[in-house]
Amino acid sequence: MNTSATSAARFVLPLGAFMLLLVVLIAGLYHAPQKGIIVSPLLGKPAPQFSLPGLLDESAPLQAQTLRGHWSVVNVWGTWCAECRAEHETLLMIKQQGRVPIFGIDWKDDDDKARAWLSELGNPYERIGADREGRVAIDWGVYGAPETFLVNPSGTVVYKHVGAMTAEVWQQEFLSRLL
Amino acid sequence: MKARILVALLALAALLPAPRAAAIDSIPPLADPVLQQRYLALTHELRCMQCQNESLADSPVGLASDLRRDVREQLLAGQTDDQIRDLMVSRYGEFILFRPRFNARTVWLWSLPAVLMLLGIVIAVRVLRDRQQRVGVDTEESLDA
Repeated sequence: MNTSATSAARFVLPLGAFMLLLVVLIAGLYHAPQKGIIVSPLLGKPAPQFSLPGLLDESAPLQAQTLRGHWSVVNVWGTWCAECRAEHETLLMIKQQGRVPIFGIDWKDDDDKARAWLSELGNPYERIGADREGRVAIDWGVYGAPETFLVNPSGTVVYKHVGAMTAEVWQQEFLSRLL
Repeated sequence: MKARILVALLALAALLPAPRAAAIDSIPPLADPVLQQRYLALTHELRCMQCQNESLADSPVGLASDLRRDVREQLLAGQTDDQIRDLMVSRYGEFILFRPRFNARTVWLWSLPAVLMLLGIVIAVRVLRDRQQRVGVDTEESLDA
């Protein structure tokens, strides 16, 4: 066996392996999704079938059909959620803008507290469904409030934002997707 | 001295068995022991999406208990383990499974250990052979001398 060839292999092989590992790790760093944010498998799929009793008006339930025929924003919130209070101002701004109606899913909340919250802070919602047992939120793949979905007129989920809605997010991720 | 006793007590406490995961809910276990077994297995392999390094079975948060209720109801409705896993994945993505499923995207993940093992064996065999040869040469040389 040629000694210089073996020593070269001994040097090149680990170096090559190391370089490969480096490339994989660097690629991983750049391709890692935003830390802690899980991409929803719902994107590009029809919104789940659901029907929730109306929070403010029992005769106006929030259903999958409510989201048909027009663009909709679906916002999952609760009075127990601090970030929801933080985004409330932005939701009111969106309502005032009047481009897309916001539908609220009041997630595992106390109805009275929720109504008090709306009369105190203002109501940005077109309609609100009370998800008292948290079943519908699970079907929407919600894992923490607030979460906000954009649904197109045919009822397909187009985008999901996790965390408080801001004017920037509204502008860049929601308005830009409206056709 | 006091600190030592405290440390000793803590060490002893660590030896105690952890409370059973089933006790996390106030709901009694499923009447059918087979279903209960499947329930425990499933909730241990599904991730709590809110506290992502805990399983559904171990997490005390509200969402985890809602998902446990869901698993329980699906089991009672006669769904298979795979159907329940599929349902969870359709809502939360593959991330909810602690054990990724074998598919085109995870082929490398599942095959890597076997590939590395093979590589290790090949290298080990070559090194051993190399060494044996050298030992052979050495003894020949010493005999020559």
